[in-house]
Parts: sequence; C-alpha cells; structure tokens
Amino acid sequence: MTQKFAITVTVNGTEYQRDVEPRMLLSDFLRHELGLTGTHVGCEHGVCGACTILFDGESARSCLTFAVQADGHSITTVEGLALDDDNLHPLQQSFWEAHGLQCGYCTPGILMSMVPFLKQNPNPTEDEIRHALSGNLCRCTGYQHVVDAVKLASEKMK
Amino acid sequence: MKPAPFEYHSPHTIEEVVALKSQYGDEAKFLAGGQSLVPAMNFRIVQPSVLIDLNRVAELSYIREEGEAILIGSMARERHLEFNEAIKNRTPLLHEAVPFIAHPQIRNRGTIGGSIVNADPAAELPMLMIALSARLKAKNKSGERWVEAKDFFAGMFTTALEPDEALVEIELPFAKPNTGWSFTEVAPRVGDYAMMGVATLVTLDKDKKCTQAKLVYLNAGDGPVEAFEAEVLLVGNVLDDKLIESAASHASEKEITPFGNIHASADFQRHLANSLTKKTLKQAVQRAEETL
Repeated sequence: MTQKFAITVTVNGTEYQRDVEPRMLLSDFLRHELGLTGTHVGCEHGVCGACTILFDGESARSCLTFAVQADGHSITTVEGLALDDDNLHPLQQSFWEAHGLQCGYCTPGILMSMVPFLKQNPNPTEDEIRHALSGNLCRCTGYQHVVDAVKLASEKMK
Repeated sequence: MKPAPFEYHSPHTIEEVVALKSQYGDEAKFLAGGQSLVPAMNFRIVQPSVLIDLNRVAELSYIREEGEAILIGSMARERHLEFNEAIKNRTPLLHEAVPFIAHPQIRNRGTIGGSIVNADPAAELPMLMIALSARLKAKNKSGERWVEAKDFFAGMFTTALEPDEALVEIELPFAKPNTGWSFTEVAPRVGDYAMMGVATLVTLDKDKKCTQAKLVYLNAGDGPVEAFEAEVLLVGNVLDDKLIESAASHASEKEITPFGNIHASADFQRHLANSLTKKTLKQAVQRAEETL
C-alpha cells in the first residue's frame, strides 16, 4: 500500500483536508476528492489547457502538478470565479454574450488562463489575446468568438 | 490514477536534497517544475520509484547579481526569468528568448534548472546556456563543482551530472560591451516545440569588426549545436550581408544535423536554420552597432 500524505489545500477560499497518494494529480484531486468537476481533463500532458487552474494566483496545468504539491497552497478553479449563482464573473458573462463557447469543454481552462492575462494586460489587442490563447485548445469555435469574448470582458472590466 | 506509484520526498534544504540523492542515486528523479517529467509519468513512459520534490527548497529559488554575473537558483521559474530586470539589462539574449518557451501557464511552473537537466535538444534553455557561456554548479553530499555549459550536455536527454548530484545554481556572465544579441525560432503554433531556433551573439570593436560570435541551435542534433566553423568565418571581419550569407550557409549545411520529424523534414529544418541565422545575425549586428 502506497503511503498517503495528509494535505491541507485552500480551494476557492475553502480549506480542505484530505489524505492522498503522492501520485494523485491535482486535476484528479479537484474532481474526484472535492467534487469540483468544473476543472476539465483533456490530454493530461499539458498541451490542451482544459485543466488550467490558478496556483497561488498564477495559471498552471493541474494535470502536471501532484495534489501533494498543493499542500499549504491556494487554488482557484472555475467554480471560484462567479460571485454567486446569479452573478457571473464579467469574463464568464462576456463568454455568454459573445458566444465564446460551443461544447464548453475547453471553456473553464480558457477562463482560468484569461483571468490572470487580463489582470496583467487590461487593454489587450486582438493579437495579444490570440497569443495568450495559444496554450488552450478549442476544437469547436475556431477561436473567433473566444477572442471577441475576451475583448468584451476587457471592456467590461475597465 | 495515471502515474505509477512512487515514494515521495519533499525536502526543505539543499543538504536534505543531496543526502536523498546520494541515498537513492539513479532510482530517484528530481521533480522541479514537472512540465516535462509529469507528462512522461502520466503516460508511464517514465516510472521513477522515488521522486524528490524540489519545490519546497526555498534556498534554490533566487535571481541576483554578484560581481560581473547573474546567479540563478535552479528552481527559479521561467516566468521569474521573463520579468527580471537584471536579466533584461545584463543578459538581454535570455530576456528575449524566455517568452518563446511554451506558454505562460507552463512558464509559471517550469524552472531553469529543470529544463537544463532535462536536456531536451528542442528546448531553449540548454542551448541558451551555451550561447551565454554559463557555468552550472553541481552539488553532492561531499561538495560542489562548476561545469561549463559546453561540457554539461552529453547527448539526448543526458547531462554530465553524476547520479548523486543536483544542479543547484546557474551563473551567467554579464553580456560583454558592444555585444548584439538575437533569438528567434519557428514553431507550427506559438508555444509549440520549435522546428528550428537559433541564439546569436556578436561582439564588435570600434571599427565594426567582429571580435566574438556565437551561433547556437536548438532541434539541430542530439543536443544544443554550436556552429563553431561559422563563428570562425565571422570573427575578425566586418559582418556585411555577403559574409552573413556564407556563415548561414555553412552553419545550416555543414554544422547542424537535424533529424526531421512530422512537422518538418531535415531539409526544411536546414532551410529554416539558414534563414534564421541570417535574420538573427543582422539584428545582432545592428544592436551591437547601436552601442558603438
């Protein structure tokens, strides 16, 4: 039996304590241990970006981090964006209004990549938005409406 | 679960790190940023029985100037290199190249030491270490030694590190006066592995004659490839377009040995190397001339 480690992780402001095997990926920890299935799992080798979360406020692939490494750290997932059920985050609202998603599988990862991007670059050009989206694969939209949504969000968030 | 089971250690000091590595040797792998290791573990291409996580070793994470050099702890994140003022001012080649490494999400976790020790021929940091004449500090239980970057890379995913050693520090000498720099690469999409890339440095004297040149390539062989003969062609001369063209032809036809892959044939890689060499040499010369 593999040794388990007791970890304490703050996710979306709530502190969770769990015992985990060191090989458990942070993505699986969020989904299976905490039931936060908003973080999607696509390629599991860091290419698709669907599992992107914020690790201490910075975007990272949760499939390339072990849960045990998050001990004592703060994680934000897509569930942590909206203020409450009736008030979406302006970025989410913009994706809704600009039709920035079709099947929605890549959307949580895109949102979690764009939150820190817009914080760092509040007035992005279309080119900068496309550059920033390069680490997230979307197979439905062709990206145009995703770019529009991010642009709209940057205006809303001014 | 995806990765095979492993024994996990999370030391807090360098002393503990080298003690663990000395105990487990080749059985143990270091977990730095994990951006190359964890994908390989998820696919079970790599199944280390012991993992030594370096992420809680605070004393391995720093960037500071000392004397005429920048010292970087091996666990400094690529994202930290990207926004560091000392690196921007003292080693502008590195500053220019770091944004080409994968995506911000990867650079937030990926470390300088991890990429160097991984020694992927297609990676940017190993070839940059050679272009920048870096020295790398390896440490084991009984002491430490400095290895020149040019002696560090020993082939595909292989380095000069002994099984009981850890890379702890990287020393980058300040760019020499009147030195121009340029880095560029071509990838199928932004952030993908590059099909070809080149780091170029040119030092000029007051008569615009080249006193030193560096041309180092990624994805051009089984490790970083330096075009020594093309560099010799440049040194001692004014770098006009004709000379730049012959150096680019020589480097791309005679000195690199690209393998070709699904994205680019070896011939296309050589074509890219030729064109990128000309482009970066011209930019490096221009930047050097601006300082004269």
